[in-house]
Amino acid sequence: MVALASGDLHAPRARPAGDRRARARWTTAVLMLLLAVMGAASLTVGASEVSLWRALGMLADGETLPLRDRVILFDIRLPRLAMGVLVGAALAVSGAVMQGLFRNPLADPGLVGVGAGAGLGAIGAIVLGGLLPAGLAGLVGIHAVPLAAFAGGWVSTMLLYAISTRNGRTSVAVMLLAGIALGALAGALSGILVYVADDAQLRDLTFWGLGSLAGATWAKLAAAAPLILLALLATPFLARGLNALALGEPAAGHLGIRVQRLKSAAILTVAGATGAAVAVSGGIGFVGIVVPHMLRIAVGPDHRYLLPNAALLGALLLVGADMISRTIIAPAELPIGIVTATLGGPFFLWILLRNRAVLDL
Amino acid sequence: MIDAHDITVALGGRPILHGADFAARAGAVTAIVGPNGSGKTTLLRALTGDVGHTGRLMLDDTPMAVIPGHRLARRRAVLPQATRLAFPFTVLEVVRLGLIAQIGPARETLPQRALAEVGLKGFAARFYHDLSGGEQQRVQLARVLVQVWEPVTDAGPSWLLLDEPVSSLDIGHQIDVMALVRRYADRGGGVVAVMHDLNLTAQFADSVAVMAEGRVVAQGAPAAVFDDARLSRVYGCRLRLNTVPDGPVPFVLPQTAGPVAAAGS
Repeated sequence: MVALASGDLHAPRARPAGDRRARARWTTAVLMLLLAVMGAASLTVGASEVSLWRALGMLADGETLPLRDRVILFDIRLPRLAMGVLVGAALAVSGAVMQGLFRNPLADPGLVGVGAGAGLGAIGAIVLGGLLPAGLAGLVGIHAVPLAAFAGGWVSTMLLYAISTRNGRTSVAVMLLAGIALGALAGALSGILVYVADDAQLRDLTFWGLGSLAGATWAKLAAAAPLILLALLATPFLARGLNALALGEPAAGHLGIRVQRLKSAAILTVAGATGAAVAVSGGIGFVGIVVPHMLRIAVGPDHRYLLPNAALLGALLLVGADMISRTIIAPAELPIGIVTATLGGPFFLWILLRNRAVLDL
Repeated sequence: MIDAHDITVALGGRPILHGADFAARAGAVTAIVGPNGSGKTTLLRALTGDVGHTGRLMLDDTPMAVIPGHRLARRRAVLPQATRLAFPFTVLEVVRLGLIAQIGPARETLPQRALAEVGLKGFAARFYHDLSGGEQQRVQLARVLVQVWEPVTDAGPSWLLLDEPVSSLDIGHQIDVMALVRRYADRGGGVVAVMHDLNLTAQFADSVAVMAEGRVVAQGAPAAVFDDARLSRVYGCRLRLNTVPDGPVPFVLPQTAGPVAAAGS
């Protein structure tokens, strides 16, 4: 290291080795730019030839858009893009928060039963929603399914944490096995609900369970957005605590972190983001495990930088996957869950192989 | 000072500590020694608030339990026996975690200074999980130092509570680390360390608490507390103390106690 003369304004600011904060900030800027480009591309690509650029050109010239173009751009592609951004951010951030909470890079809501629990909540709301008193049903309205999914995700995350953590240490093996059991149980209960559902509810369930962004509407977006935005807004307050928690629960306490409160807040955040994402898009797998893992390699595990970058990269990935799903067999659509699983499954295996030696299984 | 009186701890229904008394004052290194399972680590964990206990535990005349966690975090830092991390932190990032509790100026340079203190200058960019156990332990010590960098603050003396700080280190680094905590105490801070090595304890500690079967059987200066009969009884083997030629510091050399075979008879 060269000592810099004081007052030398042109010298680059010295950053000690091992400090990845500057790189993390650059990554944020690059991801923002890429997301903007990807978003514009996503508005342009589709089954019809309507183009964002032509529409913008027409608007700039003071012409009015044809109704068809307007509907395709603003009522089909734009809500779908917004949904992709929100759901992608929610999936990636809930994965990152959950991994921080469990101190375990394999914890992902979709893998360890939290997604299944949220799904059970959503199915319960669709099938049993009619049993609610009319006043209450009117009050929750379109939010019933996301809220029920949130509740289902919350209960399963708490159960999972209680089962797999002892004396402040989380066992990876117990967590994964308990996740399988919880997922199977939630799946069985969901099956019972599907069995008792009537024809109209079955139709709703089928549409819900497609696991895609295809059905995105402004109404669906309005139902999911509050929970997801709340969860995303909570993350800056979790970051420091999750960093300390990497040392273990007692050590986090010694650093002055209120561990119980942090854990409750992290579980609520995971449940909120997962629940809302599952409620509007069904199960989209692997985003929550792939995105944080890539970012930990790129910018390090500091949650103050990991969480916002995960939101951006998750959004970017899902919008990209959605474009693939819309175009690869156009004019038909491949469910986006298939795209993310095709990309994410091998990646997950690669993580497992790389970490086999250090994972405490 | 830290004053613990009649500390009783049961873990999973099994009593571990039976009314242990312990005291440590700022400006001194206080060691806790004893055989495996005598309750050394449990006593330290009672002092750090990690295990529930009955009895009285005071920090400078305030019950430890009523001090809020964030305030306590600026008064005392705790070094666990070993720390594994699930995520790929660099050494610098681990040490920076100590800053979570820190307020005040000069924060940015503290991690580098702490790494130099523990002899890991130049390790900042290395990955924590690539280091040996002894190096990891010194990284954690640097993190702990960063947390309570000033031995004395407006709030009073700061404390280092260390669980076997040198047990995974080679002899050179054992001495370096003990000298480091010695300096910390000499500058007014308090140090409590669970120790296995009786000779390092005798060399560096001002006070030593000898534990056996969940009790502190004696506490005082090493020269006063260490004697052949007590150590042989506590550790269940024949030990003989000697003193170094140029001072009163005692040392234990198992070889001087005669053949090992005789111990069992």
